Amino acid sequence: MDIATAHKIRENPKFQVMVARKERMGRRLTCFMLVVYFGFILTIAFAPHWLAVPLSETGVLTIGIPLGIAIILSAFAATGVYVYWANTHFDEITREILKEAGH
Amino acid sequence: MFFVFVAATLAITWWAARRTRTRDHFYAAGGNITALQNGLAIAGDYMSAASFLGISGLVFLSGYDGLIYSIGFLVGWPIILFLIAERLRNLGRYTFADVVSFRLSAVPVRSISACGALATVILYLIAQMVGAGKLIELLFGLPYESAVIIVGVLMILYVSFGGMIATTWVQIIKAVLLLLGASFMAIAVLWNMGFSFETLFERAVDVHPKGEAIMAPGGLLSDPVSAISLGLALMFGTAGLPHILMRFFTVADAREARSSVFYATGFIGYFYILTFIIGFGAIVLVGGDARFLDSAGALIGGNNMAAIHLAQATGGDLFLGFISAVAFATILAVVSGLTLAGASAVSHDLYASVFRHGEADDAEELRVSRLATVGLGVLAIGLGIVFEQQNVAFMVGLAFAIAASANFPVLLLSMYWSRLTTRGAFWGGACGLGVAVGLMILGPTVWVDVLGNAQAVFPYKYPALFAMSAAFLAAWGFSVSDTSTRAAGEREAFDLQYIRSEMGRVGEG
Repeated sequence: MDIATAHKIRENPKFQVMVARKERMGRRLTCFMLVVYFGFILTIAFAPHWLAVPLSETGVLTIGIPLGIAIILSAFAATGVYVYWANTHFDEITREILKEAGH
Repeated sequence: MFFVFVAATLAITWWAARRTRTRDHFYAAGGNITALQNGLAIAGDYMSAASFLGISGLVFLSGYDGLIYSIGFLVGWPIILFLIAERLRNLGRYTFADVVSFRLSAVPVRSISACGALATVILYLIAQMVGAGKLIELLFGLPYESAVIIVGVLMILYVSFGGMIATTWVQIIKAVLLLLGASFMAIAVLWNMGFSFETLFERAVDVHPKGEAIMAPGGLLSDPVSAISLGLALMFGTAGLPHILMRFFTVADAREARSSVFYATGFIGYFYILTFIIGFGAIVLVGGDARFLDSAGALIGGNNMAAIHLAQATGGDLFLGFISAVAFATILAVVSGLTLAGASAVSHDLYASVFRHGEADDAEELRVSRLATVGLGVLAIGLGIVFEQQNVAFMVGLAFAIAASANFPVLLLSMYWSRLTTRGAFWGGACGLGVAVGLMILGPTVWVDVLGNAQAVFPYKYPALFAMSAAFLAAWGFSVSDTSTRAAGEREAFDLQYIRSEMGRVGEG
């Protein structure tokens, strides 16, 4: 990429808006994962008995097991959300920006 | 079954070798891998025999604690996607050091990145080789040394002739086989329980010596410092593993790079859920069966054999043969990926940039990378034999700690922090590497368990919390205090790098 093209891209307000939105989404989802995971880890360190609470009076299933599976599923869901937005909306704007910069 | 797999992979290697003419093919499969293929290959790199047998064995031994590890290994993937994947693809060509040296001075930055990459790869390789030797010894009755040599020689053949194309396809085949085998085993377990999780857990609690304790966290993470430190190493270590990062250069663009993480996260998450079911199934179907226990009541071959025994318990000898072949395939595929990442650090970063200052041509670099593959393979065989009797469990932990503290901070800062300079990147990487290795040696795992001292100098098992902090602090301190003209130029170059990291390789194909 030459300097002139780079300059054109940087001055394009679409670029600034798109990059800010993409980074904000990445930051929010990263924080979401950090809170979920370190919340889980700290619960194990400080209050493991919370995870040992049985789900029903008679059964052996504890709350910790569906919660653990839910963390795995939420990690997958979070990647799905990001990929959906980035691969449709953000990539389309990226193409427009490049076209306007002469590519 | 075992020979069919070896013959098939050698045929792929032969096919791939005819397509590997330039270093672009050797390092990055020519950028022709699709997102789904790459997702499978990434999942293949990550679902090692150690994690399949180790995590199911941990579930077998202590139930819930196995799930804690699985979750730690999985949560790094979203972080890679949100922060690293697309920018890595847009800025680099073959190694993550390409990204770090995009605007920074090549020689110091590539030297330190290659050190971090090689340290990670070699530690990981030793752990895999020792595990492989023991597993093959047990499964096929081969002597340990022969097993290590066979794995080493096959790996050298795949990588040196077939490069990334062969490594990727071996990885994809193995990932599919492993997912099929594990799915079958989990379904067989549930079929035995009348497809009721409640029955599975009830029967497991009934037969397990720890009883209801297996349904909740045990003693794995009791103090908060260790918990956070291990959590950091698992979460950010994945984002600093060179053989994983390298996979993002095999796809066509940022869009495919993102999609491949989505697929990989799905496959890996599904696999860990299966492993959890398999571990609980083994508690019921293997732990209560005298065929699989020795006279003292322990599992024959150790707890890591839980999944292998379960294969026999659910599918008989034929399925046992299948799962054993899959375990062997898994080992081969993972060590191949590691060796390729190590070889690229030697040839692309150290030889071509540091030693020859970018004057080596394509053919010369390709030749060096093949030589480096053979060298690393021989080294892996040698170290695998030397470490036979050693406790190597700490090595994977150390590899993750180095990846999280030496590779990840420098990579992240180079992408996002405009004021990072060459000096900051070098000292950040060096401090992360030094502190991680130093604290690991002084900590309980090496100082007490391996070296036999009574009391550890450093009280915590997991160094990542301290080593990562040291790396970020050093990178920051050495960057902001850098007033050289080179540093000023590097800061100015950030704008251009930033635009390219968002827009891709515009105008250069």
